[in-house]
Amino acid sequence: MQLNIYSTIIYYKFQLMTTLNVNQKVYQVDVDPNMPLLWVIRDIIGLTGTKYGCGVAQCGACVVHLNGEAVRSCVTKVSRAEGQKIVTIEGLSANNDHPAQLAWQEIDVPQCGYCHSGQLMSAAVLLRDNPNPTDQDIDIAMSGNICRCGTYLRIRKAIHLAAEIQKNKTAVIS
Amino acid sequence: MKQEPQIKFHSRLPVKTMAVMIAVVSLITASLAFRATGDPTKGTGNNADKKDSVASAKAFLKVYKVLMSPRCMNCHPAGDAPLQGDDSHIHTMDVVRGPDGKGMYAAKCSNCHQPANVPGQHTPPGNPKWQLPPSDMKMVFQGKTARQLALQIMNYNMNGHKNKEQLIEHARDTLVKSAWNMGEGRVPPPMSYSAFVNVWDEWIKKGGYAPK
Repeated sequence: MQLNIYSTIIYYKFQLMTTLNVNQKVYQVDVDPNMPLLWVIRDIIGLTGTKYGCGVAQCGACVVHLNGEAVRSCVTKVSRAEGQKIVTIEGLSANNDHPAQLAWQEIDVPQCGYCHSGQLMSAAVLLRDNPNPTDQDIDIAMSGNICRCGTYLRIRKAIHLAAEIQKNKTAVIS
Repeated sequence: MKQEPQIKFHSRLPVKTMAVMIAVVSLITASLAFRATGDPTKGTGNNADKKDSVASAKAFLKVYKVLMSPRCMNCHPAGDAPLQGDDSHIHTMDVVRGPDGKGMYAAKCSNCHQPANVPGQHTPPGNPKWQLPPSDMKMVFQGKTARQLALQIMNYNMNGHKNKEQLIEHARDTLVKSAWNMGEGRVPPPMSYSAFVNVWDEWIKKGGYAPK
């Protein structure tokens, strides 16, 4: 009888768990559906590459991909992300070899580095949607990502380089 | 005694007359009903729905005050960047409309604007449909006079291809309604939502006339 009660409790507990697909791995998390996705990613799942900046979708440090779009995880409730495909900076590439990551290393973009997981996640969406971005395209895509160290010129340069790397990779593959 | 045949005479005629009258009334009723269902935008013969250019234009002047409030106009800008705040300044982050009105690249509206308001002063307001009009039909409010805006809204080729019935329905859209759920730190439109719907309906049902 006791076993049945425990089984029932466990069953209902399981039903209340939130299922998240982060970097192609499935997680069952026991959290309030209103909790910001950022907290779940960092504090529950333990992926701390995504940063907290402003908490009100103004700076871009917390950008992750939700079904391929660069959402601000500090204002995204975990309920919006349930069952969706989430990618964080840790899952952007298997070997840190996304064209943007390679370009960032080559140009040595970061200064303090705090905002750059968000910068890279936004740049990756831009490069996917527009493989040959102009300076204006880069401004449109990246103006919402603030860098306190002022690395904007290096970010722009790195995105142009990433576009070249991406083009060459595509040429080699095809 | 003399009156008896007269009574019989009168009692026969009304039967025929009444039958004819019932048939005529039925035909008229059926005809009216057919007209009402055939074109709902023409109204049902109710006085409230009768065309009235003066009352219609007067109602639009009230509608106009709402449409030109920051809660509506900020997403109907003259340029390709949305506006923000009670002073309708250009949206920070240099975000742009994009072809579908939902932003571009890493700066899509729904990246920050969630399905519901974010708690706190001046945080991103939310709605599942958050967007600007698309670039092929910008439906600009900013800078328009009452007359220009009324003519634009009543123009099928400039209003998102909406007929009168769809325009009336548009006032019930959750994105329109969200102007009154503006989030903390923002002023609401200058009249209540229900008052807005009433004047919107009145304007359209009375003919959708533009003020002079």
